[in-house]
Amino acid sequence: MEIEKLKNLPKSFLKEAMGFLFKIEKLRKIKNISGISFNEAEKKLTEKIDNYRRVEREALRTWKIVELSRNENRPQTSDYIKSIFKNFIAVSGDRLSHEDSSIIAGFGKLKGKTVAVIGHNKGKDLKQKIDFNFGSSMPQGYRKAVRVMDIAEKFGFPLITFIDTPGAYPALEAEDQGQAGAISNCILRMFELNVPVITVLIGEGGSGGALALAVGNYILMLENSTYSVISPEGCASILWRDSSVAKLAARALKLTSRDLFKLGVVDKIIYEPLGGAQNNPERMVKIVKGYVISILMRYLRSHNTDFRKNRAEKYESIGFFIDR
Amino acid sequence: MAKIICKNCKKETDSEKFSANLNVCPGCNFHDYLSSRERIDLTADSGSFIELFSDINSYDFLDFIDLKPYSERISEARNSGLSEAIITGTAQIGGYDTALGVMDFNFLGGSMGSVVGEKIKRIADVSLEKNIPLLIFSASGGARMQEGIISLMQMAKTVSSINRIHEAKIPYFCIITNPTTGGVSASFVTIADIILSEPDALFCFAGPRVVEQTIKKRVPSDFGLAPRNLKNGQIDMIVERKDIRETLISLLYLFTTN
Repeated sequence: MEIEKLKNLPKSFLKEAMGFLFKIEKLRKIKNISGISFNEAEKKLTEKIDNYRRVEREALRTWKIVELSRNENRPQTSDYIKSIFKNFIAVSGDRLSHEDSSIIAGFGKLKGKTVAVIGHNKGKDLKQKIDFNFGSSMPQGYRKAVRVMDIAEKFGFPLITFIDTPGAYPALEAEDQGQAGAISNCILRMFELNVPVITVLIGEGGSGGALALAVGNYILMLENSTYSVISPEGCASILWRDSSVAKLAARALKLTSRDLFKLGVVDKIIYEPLGGAQNNPERMVKIVKGYVISILMRYLRSHNTDFRKNRAEKYESIGFFIDR
Repeated sequence: MAKIICKNCKKETDSEKFSANLNVCPGCNFHDYLSSRERIDLTADSGSFIELFSDINSYDFLDFIDLKPYSERISEARNSGLSEAIITGTAQIGGYDTALGVMDFNFLGGSMGSVVGEKIKRIADVSLEKNIPLLIFSASGGARMQEGIISLMQMAKTVSSINRIHEAKIPYFCIITNPTTGGVSASFVTIADIILSEPDALFCFAGPRVVEQTIKKRVPSDFGLAPRNLKNGQIDMIVERKDIRETLISLLYLFTTN
């Protein structure tokens, strides 16, 4: 009977479960000789298998969200910009050496107010994806973002950022041009801003490359988007030494909107049209627009808010530890 | 007598001679691992180090289990004699008061979780309150994955703490030791006023294996190493272990007496 149950277990648990079975077999033999019962052990194994099943179910549920967050028909930064901001003008270049188009940055009008907008863009068809480098940025992209943040601060434009990236581009030329410093300086610049910053996690929130643009006063997260310290595949290959258990890693990382809301990392979950944002992109964009407007209006009315201090306090209070 | 085999030139050295030479190979000058305690002894004026915040501890708030539960990994790491991946405190260096943070790769790969973030925040607060320079020796594989998104948030947290040091115009120097990668590279390390690096220290954002998987090519043999980082403008200087204390004293002299 236990063997039947084992059939549906993920490979990663099989070894452990087999160990238990083996023990029970041993106990059975002992019983035949000595009369000691093995019911307890059998019950324990059944519980274990049920537990594996539960983990597996949760992992599959999480993985569905991971897949949705990466769905190429989800609205992307360019779609949000098109529908939310009037008169949008994109700018280019880091003024040092390059233009990195994986990040769209520029200025537009929202409810009559000029705002700065920065977001990763992945692209939809193959040509676009190559043009946008699949939303993976080079140091130059983060430096362009810093440039737009500087302008926003100078002219008092509120900043709205859209996060959708598998992560900063891990390539030799990115390293040679200072990927680490480009990201840290982007984070640093966001802490220096006196203007309000609203961040919307719209798809994949991949590690430091996502955080670089995500230091907001208010963090909105789409229901089926993710935000994680490392991709599930990367985590699986480092900690499990087996990239095939990415689903288990995804569950363990707690990267869904519900997990992040519980942990206090995001301020609001934005629910998506039935089945996911890709089923009704126009509706999704409208919903996001409503939230961005309402938070921006609230911020513009609150003249006494120190947005810079608010951001510092918000992020410096994040952490779980025992302090005896 | 016990022998040490150099990881670089594979030559044997008496272990006593090796440690007397600060864990640097006398043959090829390869800088091997040095513990955080040894580093403090080497850097601070004798007896001046006062450890702070040693009783802040990690716990497994996500019930994170990979091949082992995170809680088990924490207790195993503690058996090595370290309480966390960073030691913080105050010390005098050449008579100059400093706030000091020293990371240790031997505690869970020097990974940055909530405790590392909190200790950096608090030592930054000490530096602010006492108006003394902040020095951090980095050694880390990156963010602590077992703390999920909260470890990513420590990048923002530490940058914010250092930002307050910047605002107060207090000098902040970072000394990169082997290895310094991932989330630690891309946060408090690279926003230092002056960045020193030990020879042989790997310092990058994405490690060589990740880059090789992406570009489907071998990376050059000097990838992420100090000479290449110096050439590319990512660090200010390469300083041998035996000279770090004197270099720091010179910097402290320049930045604190005006």
